[in-house]
Amino acid sequence: MSEFSSGSLTGKNLHLSFGSNHVLRGIDLHVEKGTTASVIGPSGSGKSTLLRVMNRLIEPDQGDILLDGKSVLKDNPDQLRQRIGMVFQQFNLFPHKTVVENVALALRKLRKLPKDQARAQALEQLDLVGLRHKADARPANLSGGQQQRVAIARALAMQPEVMFFDEATSALDPELVKGVLSLMADLAKAGMTMVVVTHEMNFCRNVSDTVTFMDVGRVVETGSPEKLFSDPGTDRLRSFLSDVL
Amino acid sequence: MDAFQQLLRTFFDWKAMGAIVPNLLTVGLPNTLILAVSSGILGTVLGLALAMMGISRHPVPRWISRVYTDVFRGLPAILTILLIGIGFGPVVRQLTGSTNPYPLGIAALTLMAAAYIGEIFRSGIQSVDKGQLEASRALGFGYGASMQLVVVPQGIRRVLPALVNQFIALIKDSSLVYLLGLLSSQREIFRIGNDAASNSGNLSPLVAAGLLYLVLTVPLTHFVNFIDHRLRTGRQEKKQPDDAAATIGTEHLL
Repeated sequence: MSEFSSGSLTGKNLHLSFGSNHVLRGIDLHVEKGTTASVIGPSGSGKSTLLRVMNRLIEPDQGDILLDGKSVLKDNPDQLRQRIGMVFQQFNLFPHKTVVENVALALRKLRKLPKDQARAQALEQLDLVGLRHKADARPANLSGGQQQRVAIARALAMQPEVMFFDEATSALDPELVKGVLSLMADLAKAGMTMVVVTHEMNFCRNVSDTVTFMDVGRVVETGSPEKLFSDPGTDRLRSFLSDVL
Repeated sequence: MDAFQQLLRTFFDWKAMGAIVPNLLTVGLPNTLILAVSSGILGTVLGLALAMMGISRHPVPRWISRVYTDVFRGLPAILTILLIGIGFGPVVRQLTGSTNPYPLGIAALTLMAAAYIGEIFRSGIQSVDKGQLEASRALGFGYGASMQLVVVPQGIRRVLPALVNQFIALIKDSSLVYLLGLLSSQREIFRIGNDAASNSGNLSPLVAAGLLYLVLTVPLTHFVNFIDHRLRTGRQEKKQPDDAAATIGTEHLL
């Protein structure tokens, strides 16, 4: 897998409330260029919301977001999101388009590539995830694991500087999880900057460079996977780990 | 037996029916189709605009769409056609010099159809999973482009059967423009049947008109069933087992 022109990403003191529900209470998260940060925590801790705030699908109430050291809060959010790829738990492929059209859509409409060129690039991306032979199938005719790999190809096609994974394997049948995780591991090894919200503790431990443990909208602990898994510094992380491991 | 003969003559006087068939086919049919198709197309365009206003994030367009829909869906068709067709006649005459009520008939049908079609589109668009909009926005598309490329096409596909039903209703409702006093060359199917029936004192021409409506609408209802079935079952191949992991060499990490 080729190298990526990835960048670093920083969230500073991010706050978000929905009414009286304080979902993010001052989150700091820094991902060094070319590294993978895993975010773990119980459900409802704000992990998925954090991703959506960091690419401004939801605007933060307070705080700053830096891509490659520069604040992006003043930028056009649509342009920011072209620089950050995102993969969802439910894949969210476009069912009315073929696999290759899913990958080519943003290339054609946002990058303004001619149709055949967009298709050629999309096919290359599908090659990368091993699904070129499914190019003209509909997403509904693919397995969950295949759909998620197409979703990864769709995000990669825009040559993002950072990739977000929001519980990318949680909706998959157990036997399909491995293919997606190994693809993610390959991306990490090839130098993509990644933020991975996950319940896959093995991936967390073996692939990520840092692990951040969140609970009720706060970062409780952050550090190397070795440190967090073998020597958790708080009771909350210790009890969380004993529940999931 | 006498009663039966009488009923037969009232409804199925073949001579009276045959006499108006040429008129039904050369004048009535084209006029009905022009009224239904043009108000169907215009109503679809206006309905789509109403649907987009109805799901807008701003309250003013939502409110306009709501009031419009409530009014035109809540009034009897006959009342709307009379109010629009006759009420706006003088204004149109002042503006264009034309006394032709035909365009106003199309306008009234359009306004009513748009109210129903708007609701059909809105429900279809709102039934599209929220993740579709989110995925499109995450790729870098703006709200408008996401709607246009991803959400609306899926929403429309789902409501195609309801749209065809609406078009069937338009074919039938187009008969109401007879109230506006059309020229003889502008008469649609019902009016031709009705005129012939009152001239001859026999209902057979109306039965002939009814049969022609059925020729138009019955195939459409079956077309609805066909696309409904197709949309529900699709032409899906069987799902296939997942391919082997796309890449090798990292499994030991997992």
